[in-house]
Amino acid sequence: MADASLLRDSRLDALGRLAAPLGRFAALLTIALALFAAVLVLFGRNPLRAYADIFSSTLGSAYGVSETLVKMTPLILTALAAAVPSRIWLINVGGEGQLFVGALCATWAAIHLDGLPSFLLLTIMAALGFLGGGLWAAIAGGLRAGGWVSETISTLLMNYVAILLVNFLVFGPWKDPDGVNYPQTVEFAAGAILPMLGGTRVHLGLVFALVATIVCAFLLARTRWGLEVRAIGGNAEAARRNGIPIERYVLVTMLIGGGLAGLAGMAEVSAIQGRLRPSLSPGYGYSGFLISWMAGGHPAGIVAAAFVLAVITAGGDILQMTQALPGSVVNILMAVVLFVVLARQAGRP
Amino acid sequence: MAPLIRSLLSGSIVSGTPLLYATLAELLSERAGVVNLGLEGVMLVGAVVGFIATVHTGSATAGLVAAGLAGGLFNLVFAFVVVSRRANQLAAGLTLMFCGVGLSALMGARYVGSQIVGLPELRVPLLADLPILGPALFVHDALVYAAVPVAAGAWWVLFRTRWGLSVRAVGENPVAAFAAGKDPRMVHYQVLFLAGVLGGVAGAHLSLAVARTWAEWMTAGRGFIAVALVIFSRWHPLRALAGALLFGGAISLQLQMQALGVPLSPFLLDMLPYVLSLAVLAVWGGRARHAVPASLGRVFQGTQ
Repeated sequence: MADASLLRDSRLDALGRLAAPLGRFAALLTIALALFAAVLVLFGRNPLRAYADIFSSTLGSAYGVSETLVKMTPLILTALAAAVPSRIWLINVGGEGQLFVGALCATWAAIHLDGLPSFLLLTIMAALGFLGGGLWAAIAGGLRAGGWVSETISTLLMNYVAILLVNFLVFGPWKDPDGVNYPQTVEFAAGAILPMLGGTRVHLGLVFALVATIVCAFLLARTRWGLEVRAIGGNAEAARRNGIPIERYVLVTMLIGGGLAGLAGMAEVSAIQGRLRPSLSPGYGYSGFLISWMAGGHPAGIVAAAFVLAVITAGGDILQMTQALPGSVVNILMAVVLFVVLARQAGRP
Repeated sequence: MAPLIRSLLSGSIVSGTPLLYATLAELLSERAGVVNLGLEGVMLVGAVVGFIATVHTGSATAGLVAAGLAGGLFNLVFAFVVVSRRANQLAAGLTLMFCGVGLSALMGARYVGSQIVGLPELRVPLLADLPILGPALFVHDALVYAAVPVAAGAWWVLFRTRWGLSVRAVGENPVAAFAAGKDPRMVHYQVLFLAGVLGGVAGAHLSLAVARTWAEWMTAGRGFIAVALVIFSRWHPLRALAGALLFGGAISLQLQMQALGVPLSPFLLDMLPYVLSLAVLAVWGGRARHAVPASLGRVFQGTQ
């Protein structure tokens, strides 16, 4: 056996290692697309046209690609929000709420400090967004570190509190007096809007997301802090006996994760919405959790999985227009893709 | 004051009923060790299938049966992924939720705005004529009256039958249950089908009795409230009754205060159940932990 592996061309071997997962991925995607096509046929729709529409509206044009990138931005950040705590086996299902709190804190700055120069204002908004989402998640981290409440449950419950808090503000104290009956804040001043690329809606948030991915990957792989995180993730009891303060790591990983989701909220509210609305997110926090899970928490995988889900999310808007299908129908496609992946990766914790 | 108390009480019961069925659904699965975050999706599928069946047959009873069956079958998708393919329960549950949201929207698209008669209100003779309490407690649809017996039945099944014993055994320690000759996977499938039926009925109560119409995502997070309620009731079916009534009461109180023009934001009141659940968990932390089924979240891996 050893002889055979020695004789094998090492470059071919590397290619094979790359091709095998790609082939598996293509096979899974084909199964998922076939299943969704079957659902569409069942309801009397033409699946080939639906796929053609999704493709041409997302990857088929420059504008489509830009819209895909727009959807990718919050997805990467909320996926990291789940991925960072997951390194020490914490389950953060609270990305949605952390995103809302981040948006809320950034909005406070946008409304109350609108006289500041744009650069300064945006920095404050991003910092407050990060801090808001981070502290929101750190509450759950604290409840877990103290041994009171499991973070899975507390992050889930706090999603609703966060969304209701935003509703309370936009229906009440922060409501735009000129907004007739729309529940929303006043429109942000130009200085509170993140810069965008050319004539598209791609905004600086995408840079935040990519930089955050790289920073997280670096922190986890190359620093003493990351080493200790990996030690806790490997064997928490051994780490504790080696004097690693696990409680502090629980708090900090939750803070970072929540902060990144909060940053996603800041970017959405600033660049996409331009004001705070309750319809801020179509479940980005939950999608992010699923992306992180699909990617096994690995940074490059997160970007790839976020891309796939962004294409599906962006494609949903077009199905609504061309096929007269409800917009949420793409949720089926997303779910089918996820189910196929879930069923394939059997036995993973 | 009397009409206010009457509508508040009546409203708590009506809003609490779908919550109770959903909570019992989640409670049964969690007692067997399976967390299902996809209950929201199951409820939506139940709500839409029940509504469509009622539109076509003209019978809300037929709608209810269809809703239960649809919920049960839909939850079997989750069961397959989680039990047979041993996938992560939280991820599979959230995926089921997304699937249910999309599927129900697709199925219901042609029925938005359709009219049905819905589940009829039944007056209990004599009792309904009592002052205040009569109209509040004894003029409701059949699912409301069934709520207490169903919760009691769930308690009886879990704690007084052999099947309930194997459900709890599998939830506490599937390996030991397997060694004792039970098949954890079979038990999981049975429980998840039953939970799906209850979830479907919960959704159908919304579309057939409360709203009497179909709207996209009409469950509005009740499936997640149910997950919180299970924790709130510390995995006990009878405490779930109190929890559902309390949460239903918060919804009803909010509607009443809006009607009266009380200047307190309904959203702050809506937070109460969630904050209360968190507080209960934090305070009862130690005790609640004893109540958690020991193998919750993990699925029987077989005995290699």
